[in-house]
This record gives sequence, C-alpha cells and structure tokens, in this order.
Amino acid sequence: MILAADPLLVDGIDLTVVLIVLLKAGVAFALLLVAVMLVIWFERKLISDMQNRIGPALAGPWGILQTLADGIKLFFKEDLLPTRADRVVFRLAPYLSIIPAFVAFAIVPVGGDFSDGGDGTVSMFGRSTFLQVADPPVGVLFFLALSAVAVYGVMLAGWSSGSKYPLLGSVRASAQMISYEAALGLAIATVFLSSGSLSTHDIVVGQSATTWNVLATGIVPFGIFLIAGTAELNRPPFDLVEAEQELVGGFHTEYSSIRFALFFLSEFMNMITMSAIAVTLFLGGPAGPIVTQRVAWVWPLFWFFLKVMAFLFTFVWLRATLPRFRYDQLMDLGWKVLIPAALGWFLLIATLDVAADLGWPTIPVVIVGVLVLWGGASLLSGAVRKAQAERLEEADRGADETAGSASGLGEA
Amino acid sequence: MSDYLRNWLTLVVFGGVAVLLVGAFLGLGSLVRPSRQTSQKAVVYESGVDPQGDMWSQSNIRYYVFALMFVLFDVEAVFIFPWATRLEVYDVFGLVEMAIFIFILALGLFYAWRKGLLRWI
Repeated sequence: MILAADPLLVDGIDLTVVLIVLLKAGVAFALLLVAVMLVIWFERKLISDMQNRIGPALAGPWGILQTLADGIKLFFKEDLLPTRADRVVFRLAPYLSIIPAFVAFAIVPVGGDFSDGGDGTVSMFGRSTFLQVADPPVGVLFFLALSAVAVYGVMLAGWSSGSKYPLLGSVRASAQMISYEAALGLAIATVFLSSGSLSTHDIVVGQSATTWNVLATGIVPFGIFLIAGTAELNRPPFDLVEAEQELVGGFHTEYSSIRFALFFLSEFMNMITMSAIAVTLFLGGPAGPIVTQRVAWVWPLFWFFLKVMAFLFTFVWLRATLPRFRYDQLMDLGWKVLIPAALGWFLLIATLDVAADLGWPTIPVVIVGVLVLWGGASLLSGAVRKAQAERLEEADRGADETAGSASGLGEA
Repeated sequence: MSDYLRNWLTLVVFGGVAVLLVGAFLGLGSLVRPSRQTSQKAVVYESGVDPQGDMWSQSNIRYYVFALMFVLFDVEAVFIFPWATRLEVYDVFGLVEMAIFIFILALGLFYAWRKGLLRWI
C-alpha cells in the first residue's frame, strides 16, 4: 500500500509552502470559474448545433462571452425574497449548494507525470508537490460526502421557498439524488478493490502501474457510474428536479438575481467535477499515450482536459438525444437495476481478485462466478415477472367485479 | 501537526476561500442591484395567478421510504469501503463474510421490493 502524502507537506511548513498552497488554491478557483463559463457556452453552442440553430453568437467571437454577459446581467437584477419564505434557510441554501461544488474539485489530480512508474510529483519553486489542491487519504469518501451535502442545498432551497413548485421539486430531488448516490457509491467500491486505496492520487498511480480501472473493473461499474452520475447531477434525461413543463424551475423557482446564478454555477461546476472524478477513478487521470520529453508538463494536463471534455460532450449529447424519464422509471432504474447490478458485480470482481491472489485458475472461477450471478439475476427477474403477472390478474379480477356491479346497478 | 491533518487543513483553507468568494459575489450583488420592493413582487410564483392555499401539502410517503432505504445502503458503504481496500489481507475469510453481509443486505432490498415499496403507481 502506498501511504498518500503530498511531499510538499511532509517536512516543516514555511512561507514557500504556504504560498504554494495558496497559489494552487487560487489557480483551482480561477480554473473552475473560467471552465464553468466555457462549459455553459459549450453546452449552448453544442445543443444549438444539434438542434440545427445558431445559438449564442453576439457576445465576443462565436458568442464565447455570452456566459459572462449573463452573469453580469444577473448581478444587476433585483433580489426578491418571497414573504412566505423561511428567510435564514432561503439565504443559506445557495451556500450549501455551491461550496461543495467548489471544494470537491480540490481532490482531483489534474496533472503530473504518471507514466513509467512516475509518482505524479512536479517541482514548483524548488519543492516537489502533487498537482492537486489536497490529497486526503480518504479523498473519494470526501467526494461522496460532499455530494451528499449538495442534496441539502437543493432540498432546503425548495423547502424554504414557501411555494408549491419548489417544494415538489426539492422532494423529488432529494429522493432521486440519494437513490443514485447509493448506486454511485457501490460502483466506486469496485474501484477500491483494484486500487486498494481511497486516495485519488494513489488510485491514479495504481492505474498507471497496471491497466485503467475501466478495464480492470470490467466496464460495468463505469457504466453504472456514468448513469448514476448523470442522475446525481440532475442532468437530462434525469432532470425531473427542474422539469420545466411540470415544475416551472423546480427547487430554484423563487430564486432571482445572483442567488439564482449561484445555483446555476454549482450545477455546471458539479458537472465538471463529476467528469473529473470519473476520469480520475476509471480513465487513468492525467495519464495518456503520448508524453514527449520537451514540454513534458503540458501533456498530462492536455490528456486530463481532453478526457474531461469527452465526458462533458457526453452529458450534452445525452441532453440533446434522450427524452426525460418518468419518475417511476427513474426509481426503478436506480433501485431495481443499478443497485443489484452494482452489488453483484462488486462481489464478482472481489471473488476474481481473491482467486487470482490464491493462484486459482482464472477461467473456471470466471465461469462459475458469471453463472452464479446469472442464476441470481434470472431467479430475481423470474420472481419479479411472477409477481407482476399475479398483480395484473388481481387487477383484472377487480376490474371485472366493478364492471359487474356497475352493470347490476344499471339494471336496478 | 501530522501529514494526515495537513492535507485536511489545506481543504479547510480551500473551503474557507470558497465561502469568502461566494460571500463576495453576494455582497457585490447587493451593492449594485436595485431594490424597489412591492408586496406584489414578494408573492410566490404559481403560474401567474395568486397562490392558492398553503404551501404545505402532503407528499407521497414513498419519498420517506426511499430515504430510509438510502440510510440502509449508505451505512453499508461504511462496512464495504474499508474491506474493499484491504481485500488481499482478509482473503477467502473476508470474501465469504462480505458475501454473507451483502446477501443479508440484498434480502432487505428484496423484502422492500416484494412488499411493493419500490412501486410508484
């Protein structure tokens, strides 16, 4: 096991160390804010291309400054506070929504050379350090905790508004987010099996030594993570939280001015962080096929942002392609498909790892494992189908009886 | 201070800067924006008509049930994560134990399923 510790913080702390930490924090904030600005523009432009229209085109070249213009406009808008709102909680909710979004990005390693057994350190002002703001030993757990705190932001925003649409939106949101968080956590647990650590840095180092986790865990957890992550972000096709056609704006209907902008920012920031976490956990973080000697420090950053871009593109693509789920379909997918699948796959991978550790022959173990999983799944789906048939039968009988009594009444 | 705590300290500093930044946004907003409140503006939005009745309404009990089930699965993560990082130390013993644990957990889920708690319509 590699004990995670940023070499910067191991020795005594002097002024240089403090300055480097502050510099990293400042760069991370600037990066996030600029990235959010560009991602919003990217999404609008891409969606408009997919829908055969032009999209933002006036502010700056290709409309790239549109987000900035919108942001400045929102600064100058009147801030309204509904009379029926709970004033304290109403003001607190945007903080609870955006601060986890900011802080979660701190654990993502964005660069550093991980090729050929490199440990990802870079030297900065004569000190060696990791290219991430912090590397707590339980980094991934920290990320999960923050995404749980973000639920509070959404829930309290809706609850405190004193209005019906936000309340409905927030109740939906909390149920949806916690449901998919369970699936998300179980998909991530499979990564821990192959990495043996909860630190994001160690997970990336582990992947550079062997294969990327997307293959090492057999793709299924990656798929579950992607679906659950989309739902966790309340992105289409899982955007029932703010389904315009039924809930107006969902939990942020009553918010205006800069408070509304904060919710909007946190939504896109979460999207970036979720992509970055997916890259870190499953796709080898900043590792990439081409790393030249000349400008070696650029390549890891390039590969990292390329991978993140691929995810962002996927999120926008999903929005342009898929219609919204119905709420019961959403919950069914989460609880009846993703969670059992994640649990089963987790046990399968654990068994394979232990078998490989003990030197058991791989192929029979794989066959037996897959057979057991398949048997379990078919038993389960058989039971579900039987229950469904029984229910339909009962409903039919019930319908017949009411029809019979109705006709009886008619005769009398 | 140990290395362990120093990483967390970095995060606390980062979070503090985030709070300040958000506060600065809100403060700047309150300086530049106009404020001409009328009682009509403070009425909650309800499709353009005056809001009917109270905001409090009964919501489906199922939301609550799902919250309870989430607690079940979240607590379970506390047991699964440490074991997953220490897989090779406990080997077959740990695997069998975990299989039994997950089986019992899954029984809970299937019980709720059979009871129809996962059904929305």
